[in-house]
Amino acid sequence: MTHARSLILDTCVRVVFPTALVFSLFLLFTGHNAPGGGFVGGLVAASAFVLLWVAGADPGTGLRVRIDAAVLLGCGLGISVLTAVAPMAFGQPLLDHTSWELYLGPFEKVKLTTTLAFDIGVYLVVVGLALVILNTLGRERTA
Amino acid sequence: MQTVTTIAFVGLGLTALLCLARLFRGPSLADRIVALDLLLFVIVGSVAVAAVRSGSGAFLDVLVVAALLGFVSTVTVARFIEKRGA
Repeated sequence: MTHARSLILDTCVRVVFPTALVFSLFLLFTGHNAPGGGFVGGLVAASAFVLLWVAGADPGTGLRVRIDAAVLLGCGLGISVLTAVAPMAFGQPLLDHTSWELYLGPFEKVKLTTTLAFDIGVYLVVVGLALVILNTLGRERTA
Repeated sequence: MQTVTTIAFVGLGLTALLCLARLFRGPSLADRIVALDLLLFVIVGSVAVAAVRSGSGAFLDVLVVAALLGFVSTVTVARFIEKRGA
């Protein structure tokens, strides 16, 4: 989109964008036994990128490093498939999961599940898909 | 606390009715968008009051997501109006 940049919107986005990303990560990690999860977190992150796009910026510049959106999508899909297939190597059914309770000094009890890895994959797929859509459909026609 | 939340619900309900009136009458598209935006924030307020009334924080995540969605959608439609003209 080639709009005149609006100062008010730019300032708002500078505050809202990082907050939304942090909240999406919170949703991702809290998802196992509370509302949230990889998909919902990914959608919140995607809406943050949409906001960036509406403000007239290239959505890819939101993350300081340059990442190809399609690579993000593929990595997410790969992580999800690997975590889904991994239990079969140990004689467990597909998509089975295990959890460990760790006691890490200052953090007291931390529960780790393999579901989190699957959720991170889903999160990356959703964010990558949103970025691909914004990069392809959101571009002005060059004709 | 029961009385306070009841009063808050009545106020929010009146606001929602006024929003609906503006939504139906609003002469321009911008009026309707502002009414819809306010209606969404009335919903956010109602969820917050309901959380206070029931004493459970299970719905507090919903507030953040709904407020973010409302902001994004209003900004998007404002951009659309800017391009097309109300």
